[in-house]
Amino acid sequence: MSILQVLDLGLAILVLAIAGWTIAARELFASVVGYVAYGLLLSIVWIRLHAPDVALTEAAIGSGVTGVLLVTTGARLRGAGGVETAAPPRLSQRLMAGALAVLVAAALAAVVLLLPEPAPTLAPEAREGLAATGLGNPVTAVLIAYRSFDTMLEKVVLVLAVVGVWSLAPDRCWAGAPAPLGRARPEGALLFLDQALVPLGILVGVHLFWVGADEPGGAFQAGAILAAMWMIVMISRLTEPPRVGARWLRLALIAGPAVFLATGLAGGGMAGGFFAYPAGFAKPIILFIEAFLVLSIAVTLPMLVAGPPRRSPQS
Amino acid sequence: MSLALDLFSLVAIGAGAFFFFAGTVGLLRFPDSLTRLHALTKADNLGLGLIVLGLLPRAGSLLDALRLIAIWVLVQLSGAATAQLIGRALSPRRAAE
Repeated sequence: MSILQVLDLGLAILVLAIAGWTIAARELFASVVGYVAYGLLLSIVWIRLHAPDVALTEAAIGSGVTGVLLVTTGARLRGAGGVETAAPPRLSQRLMAGALAVLVAAALAAVVLLLPEPAPTLAPEAREGLAATGLGNPVTAVLIAYRSFDTMLEKVVLVLAVVGVWSLAPDRCWAGAPAPLGRARPEGALLFLDQALVPLGILVGVHLFWVGADEPGGAFQAGAILAAMWMIVMISRLTEPPRVGARWLRLALIAGPAVFLATGLAGGGMAGGFFAYPAGFAKPIILFIEAFLVLSIAVTLPMLVAGPPRRSPQS
Repeated sequence: MSLALDLFSLVAIGAGAFFFFAGTVGLLRFPDSLTRLHALTKADNLGLGLIVLGLLPRAGSLLDALRLIAIWVLVQLSGAATAQLIGRALSPRRAAE
């Protein structure tokens, strides 16, 4: 057994142990921390599986953004009377949930273990088509060219999620701003982070979007990093969450899917097929779409974290 | 020359790993949150710094080396700020001042 195999085995055991700990943790916050650590370890697993694109997404979305969402949700639940004081689920419910989880895990394991050798793959075909798209990163080609319709619908789902969060607003607060994210008095350390980290983070976000065409990276990872920077600035109270009725906010939210859909429709008229890109212009068009996707994702994720409007639009 | 560089990498990464190990032991064994925080930040700063230092001769290009240093600086930034925030959250008396 080589040293890398030993490390892989250790990593796998660690992931399973943290997953178990996350489920077993008695306190909500501890469980969330476990989940974030689990996500970071999973992104190392993806790196070991030579899938850096997935690793980046897992670290940014699966661990980072979801972690923030869970932490704020936990804090709000505690403010609303606490979820831990609620009656624990009955033993029968727990057994049913456990059985269901075991069933799903067993089915997934069976699928993976029963794959024929060599496993069926479309990778050669995906690589062959790369030249036509002008891209260097096959993952971006799959997301924005081969399966563009799926990706467009994913972004629509994100917009729907924001609509769902906003719909929880009390009537008098509709179109108002969500509650501020941070404490009233900003902390020095947070202001330091604003000054030092945020400019760098914006640079890294734009860089990830730009290199995503040829190397690991892309709209989703770039958008998540830009979203994180906006959230840091909001948490340190240098800026407040915007009114959800603001026109620029609404436009930014739908810009990604709208531009994506419009380009797809234009392809029907100009390139001979719904979501077809004209030959020779595929790469600029893909980057054009991705730029708006980055904007939408960077706005969507903080608005999900900020929650429903809590102030009346006049105030 | 390459032997000396390999030796340098080995020593630096080994020392870095030691700091991570010591930091983890501190995290597990120290009695309260502030001292645990102290142990943890040493692992971040010195441990990662030494590992990056050890990896520098092995970087393929100047750009890769700069990336490694950038990673260390970014971790420094977030580590220092987070430690401050946690420390302040732990001591209500000082935060009130």
